Amino acid sequence: MENELNKKVLEELIKVFSDDIKSAEESYGMLSVTVSKNKIYAIIKFLKENSETNFNFLTDLTGIHLPENKEDLGVIYHLHNFYKNHRIRLKIFFSTQDSYVDSIVDLYSGANWMERETFDFFGIHFKGHPNLTRILNMEDMLIHPLRKEFPLEDQSRKDKNDAMFGR
Amino acid sequence: MEITDKKVSLAKMPDGHEGAGFFATKLDDAVGLARKNSIWPLPFATSCCGIEFMATMGAHYDLARYGSERLSFSPRQADLLMVMGTISKKMAPIVRQVYEQMAEPKWVLSMGACASSGGIFDTYSVLQGIDRIIPVDVYIPGCPPRPEQVIDGVLKIHELVQNESSRRRYSEDYKSLMESYGFESGK
Repeated sequence: MENELNKKVLEELIKVFSDDIKSAEESYGMLSVTVSKNKIYAIIKFLKENSETNFNFLTDLTGIHLPENKEDLGVIYHLHNFYKNHRIRLKIFFSTQDSYVDSIVDLYSGANWMERETFDFFGIHFKGHPNLTRILNMEDMLIHPLRKEFPLEDQSRKDKNDAMFGR
Repeated sequence: MEITDKKVSLAKMPDGHEGAGFFATKLDDAVGLARKNSIWPLPFATSCCGIEFMATMGAHYDLARYGSERLSFSPRQADLLMVMGTISKKMAPIVRQVYEQMAEPKWVLSMGACASSGGIFDTYSVLQGIDRIIPVDVYIPGCPPRPEQVIDGVLKIHELVQNESSRRRYSEDYKSLMESYGFESGK
């Protein structure tokens, strides 16, 4: 760890959650920590409320699908400490069968729509979310379109064949 | 300023009988002439085609020359629905509702690749052409089309408006077209 702030935050995390931290790396000066799914709520709560870390803002929350991995689904959190202008990235990974994650809406209200979007596109269910419904796609859509098993193209087209259009 | 002797072009008179103080023609022709030269378009603009339409309405291209000076942002007074831009599947019911709220007679112009066929957006969230939800009279190709093409499209609409029977909405063809799209046909 080159960055002093990153080093300090990681030390604070390891003090409390040493068993739940799977890996940590620093890329382009930003700390990235992969943690276990079951503790994500406790870890974010700790990072927000601890006076040493003080990550008071949720920049982004999104999903990822890597079908070649055993734990193929993931959620990525970006937190920001406004006081020191310091950022951190948290990742959790789990399998499609076990796609239930604790909601962090009660910690950051901004997570509300982000979790809905992640549910909409990846089918990741956030436990404790006040209104986990689709936000961008049509309500009657049956798929979660950013999962790799679902095709990108509109399936109702009859005039485009794969040979001509590279579908 | 030099005064030039430019002739003003008037709308072409329909066929008919002319005499001292009277002119007799078919009602359809007279109605068609009036409708054609006073089309109120409803611009349903969602993306870059809308920008080209703004140029079409501006002073340089000036769609007002063709009697479409007045845009109608209420569907209830509009004659022509101009759908310009990508229509997502989530927006499809809104386009349909706008069309449904328009009073007969009404025409639809689909401007650009996206509105006509989905364009480059061959994807799960985009409607693959508005003719899947509402009947379309004229398609303008292009991505986006130039204002000249928009004017050409509007003139094609003019041809339809002038030459169609003023009682088109009562024809069996029209009724079955509307029913094929799931609209109630007027009685």
